[in-house]
Amino acid sequence: MRARVRAWDVAMLLLLAAWATPFFWQVRTSFTPDGELLATSRVLPARPTLIHYRAVVERSVMPRALGNSLAVASITTLVALAIGLPAAYGIARLPVPGKGLLLLAVVASTAFPQITTVSPLYLLMRALGLRDTWTALVLANTSFALPLLIWLLAGFIREIPIEVEEAAFLDGAGRLGTLRRVVLPLVAPGVASAALLTFLASWNEFLFAYTFTATEASRTVPVALALFPGVFEVPWGDIAAASILASLPPIIIVVGLQRWLVRGLVAGAMKE
Amino acid sequence: MTGRQRADRLAGLAFVAPAALTLAALALYPGLWVLWLSLQQRIPIFGIARFVGLDHYAFLATDPRFWNAARVTVVFTGVSVALELVLGLAVALALERQRRGRRLALSLLLLAWALPSVVTAKLFEWLYHPSAGLVNLLLGRPLNWLGDPALALPGLIAADVWRTMPFVALLCFARLVTIPPEVYEAARVDGAGRWATLAWITLPLLRSILLVALLFRTLDALRAFDLMYVLTGGGPANTTETLTVYAYRSLFQTLQLGFGSAIGVVIFALVMAVAAGYLRALRREGLAA
Repeated sequence: MRARVRAWDVAMLLLLAAWATPFFWQVRTSFTPDGELLATSRVLPARPTLIHYRAVVERSVMPRALGNSLAVASITTLVALAIGLPAAYGIARLPVPGKGLLLLAVVASTAFPQITTVSPLYLLMRALGLRDTWTALVLANTSFALPLLIWLLAGFIREIPIEVEEAAFLDGAGRLGTLRRVVLPLVAPGVASAALLTFLASWNEFLFAYTFTATEASRTVPVALALFPGVFEVPWGDIAAASILASLPPIIIVVGLQRWLVRGLVAGAMKE
Repeated sequence: MTGRQRADRLAGLAFVAPAALTLAALALYPGLWVLWLSLQQRIPIFGIARFVGLDHYAFLATDPRFWNAARVTVVFTGVSVALELVLGLAVALALERQRRGRRLALSLLLLAWALPSVVTAKLFEWLYHPSAGLVNLLLGRPLNWLGDPALALPGLIAADVWRTMPFVALLCFARLVTIPPEVYEAARVDGAGRWATLAWITLPLLRSILLVALLFRTLDALRAFDLMYVLTGGGPANTTETLTVYAYRSLFQTLQLGFGSAIGVVIFALVMAVAAGYLRALRREGLAA
């Protein structure tokens, strides 16, 4: 029995590794010299090289794009949390007038297609002089992250026993004191999950970034990758190296911060 | 109303106001603006901006390119979501039997889901390379996946299934692990075999999470843009041009802001109709909505 369970475990891991093959193949390509790219059926390159990474780091817009993406995704996450966390608390705990309408708006806007509002948002950003800035991307990404964030956090806050809050309030902690010293620590894992999902969505976002940016001053990683230049032929090795760099934050999240990611994803679906 | 209640209401308003204002300014306002835009002829490079009423919608009703895009969108959504649900369910059932290495398994599974879709597009562009791509290497045939009108849409769907099956698998898996062992115990005592248990116990318990996954995935597939725009650009011969790609090309390549917005509004209506129909079906079944 024991041996059979093991075999199942191993088979399952192999199967899932096979599913991830497209990514591993790109990792392989990123270390393969150009001469071997088009005519090989070897599993690993004969002469592995860092030449593609060097080309991407030294002679492409990727380093700048990585910086832009990191900044836009981080700022978006902070702004969305700063706006979304109080809103989630208000919805979960306080008698807000028009709460039903607000909840309906939150749920409806999770279904909003980006392509529908990209044209007015483009005109808005142009009118505000925000084209080709981080600010434009932060604003657009925040508005798209907020509904899910509020939804998730309100759910996590509702899980806190209300007696804990009442006790702190009666002890004279005050509303903000209660929020900071009692609610926030208890909801911290939920905040981490919501923050991760927001960061990931902003890191991966393409349509707004593609539309609102014009130069490398604000182009994010997905845009830089989509527009990756080739002079005479497609530089497959360089593109592979660039896509591995673009994948680093998602990999860190999936491997290192998996617990919080899974918690957020599952909560978003189960709390319907 | 007591002082405490009044203070609560005021605090509630103050807490909710920033989010409400942000959503109003960056979701509701553009949402109304796009309706207004769709009633206009707006071609900025020629300085054209005039009201045309429902002309764009009337044009779309007889526009073969629009109907082709609608057909591509429906085929893409239907086939992708069906494959994702079946494969995701199978993977979740297999994962539940796994004892060791679940964390590693979830890492491998979720990798495809977490990558930017532009990266996915680049991965598959290289996999589909006619002479050096892994797919043709394994098949031993020189197929032109992204250039052949008969193969481009299946190729695109495969890339989307690769990317999003893990999401469905994770949701089903998360539900599976909450089923208490006593339920299976009882089924075994009653003499139910493995297949009977699956059909009469497991699947009914997974029903509600499968419906949620179906809704999420359908809405996402209808709205999908990045993957096809970067992988095929809608080609060859518009065989992978979805409504979103048609809208984008109209908006920012031929710069018809009014016309492109009208397609955007149609996509919005489509998404809302699907969501509303789904919620109504749920309610009719008596499941919580």
